[in-house]
Amino acid sequence: MIDFLNQHGSELIIKTWEQIYIAGFAILLGVIVAIPLGVLLTCFPKTAKYVMSITSMLQTIPSLALLALMIPIFGIGKLPSIVALFIYSLLPILRNTYIGMAKVNRNLVDAAKGMGMTTMQSILKVEIPMAMPIIMSGVRLSTIYVISWSTLASYIGAGGLGDFIFNGLNLYNPSLIIGGTIPVTILAILADYLLGKLEKRITPATKRSEA
Amino acid sequence: MATAKEIVSFKDVAKIYRGRAAVSDVNITIKEGEFVCFIGTSGSGKTTTMRMINRMLEPTKGTIIFKGKNIKKYDPVKLRRTIGYVIQNNGLMPHMTIKDNITLVPKLLKWSQEKMDQKARELIKLAELPESYLDMFPAELSGGQQQRIGVVRALAADQDIILMDEPFGALDPITRDNLQDLVKHLQETLGKTIVFVTHDMDEALKLATHIVILDSGKIIQDDTPDNILQHPGNNFVKNLLGEERLLQAQQDTLSVGDIMSKNPAHITLGKSLSEAIWEMSRHHVDSLLVTDDSKKLKGYIDLETINDHYAKDLSVSDIYANNMIKVKADSYLRDTSERILKQGYKYVPVIDSDNTLIGIVTRASLVNVVFDAIWGKDELENPEDANLPASITEGSEKS
Repeated sequence: MIDFLNQHGSELIIKTWEQIYIAGFAILLGVIVAIPLGVLLTCFPKTAKYVMSITSMLQTIPSLALLALMIPIFGIGKLPSIVALFIYSLLPILRNTYIGMAKVNRNLVDAAKGMGMTTMQSILKVEIPMAMPIIMSGVRLSTIYVISWSTLASYIGAGGLGDFIFNGLNLYNPSLIIGGTIPVTILAILADYLLGKLEKRITPATKRSEA
Repeated sequence: MATAKEIVSFKDVAKIYRGRAAVSDVNITIKEGEFVCFIGTSGSGKTTTMRMINRMLEPTKGTIIFKGKNIKKYDPVKLRRTIGYVIQNNGLMPHMTIKDNITLVPKLLKWSQEKMDQKARELIKLAELPESYLDMFPAELSGGQQQRIGVVRALAADQDIILMDEPFGALDPITRDNLQDLVKHLQETLGKTIVFVTHDMDEALKLATHIVILDSGKIIQDDTPDNILQHPGNNFVKNLLGEERLLQAQQDTLSVGDIMSKNPAHITLGKSLSEAIWEMSRHHVDSLLVTDDSKKLKGYIDLETINDHYAKDLSVSDIYANNMIKVKADSYLRDTSERILKQGYKYVPVIDSDNTLIGIVTRASLVNVVFDAIWGKDELENPEDANLPASITEGSEKS
């Protein structure tokens, strides 16, 4: 363990940072695209069905294949990895946003409209806050997926902790494999924990004790 | 009331969903300060009709005038901010404090924070809840308390008309009763116009000053509660009201004249006491009403008084008592029966407007009314009931 850290310590920090960078970027894009899209889709339930099936289909492409498919378009490196992982992150966030919005108590939406909120006000002040727990659970799910899958990005030259694992595989060096895997796991758990904290903060209180 | 301004009027309004008319031929005029109840069974179109007022639904045909202007000329969002809106499951936002819920519309209207705080305190008082509740969340309140907030929230921006869609349907009977009192009180003290949708006739009769009965999308009857009770438009209305309520309603408006016995035992002032005794024994009574020669009511005399003061040369005018209550023939029975039954009078003489004795209401005549209410009139009029006391059958014929 100490040997491993002595030998690969600085490399480990760089690779971990790359992993965070790739996964973080992909998730951020996913959130920026999928949440507004999910909200928008609630206004067009018919279109929603098609969009959902398309994103589900994208999800079924094997992750390695999707990464490889990016090479002819974006070449190799970080960009194709981020795009591929972004596509993966879309579905859970999109679906949870859509379901969360659709599950908001219709009475509340009716009351909001009846009291004179515009559609925008109703979405921003009532529907999104109410759907927040479900949206956030989609984001957490996506994050864990994307962090673990971004190890594969090393295959198309994006770097990250995947480099350790693939080197370990090629050199038949288990300590490299473990040395790459453990940080990925820790990263995923940490990210989930932090997002859980974030969820608590942005989910509106419904009782004073939580406020 | 008759001179009050119209606030909302429906003109030949219809709402059609996929070729099927949810409501049609709706013509209703709602005046300022009225408490209007839309009543009907599920699917009668009562909620649809109400929701067209604040443009939650658009009429397919016809026009709706709000404060003298076609509602289509209003911006729907601005229109809704001037109309209070209360729905069944209170519609409080669970993620907002009570204060934020109450001041939701004022906030949309961009009131100053100070003005909103003041309004919140004012309204929580109206809801009869402590100010400390302002910082609580809806989930921390009971269902009844939540709906109290739901009701006062509709007043926050000084709306003069409030729409309520079965607001108390989900509450237990006691809580519902309290909230009905609250709404009625607010409506009367603040002079708001309320449009209230319900399927509960008791609720409608308790609250409304104007009832619109709907069935299958059409207006069946549109009138005051009293008129509806007295003259139900058709069998549907009768069923909705129920046999019992109709009977009770009849008694509520029975006048004293309807049930009094005519020709009560009486005696004129100038008669001697022995004549009075003879008159009493002839009628099997222990007291007589005393009148003057033109049948004006003067007082009464009873057997006990005669017994105490008996002397051959005294006449009725010397010892009769004049401290008695009397009622006019056109006053309502419900007010009189209270006096007779609760205050222990054996009878109350009935007079016309110039104090002439025209009849008497006794405990026996009241008993007839009670019999009618409990067993129905028909049975008592049945001649086979020969074993009933004569006075009761007589009485029921008169009523």
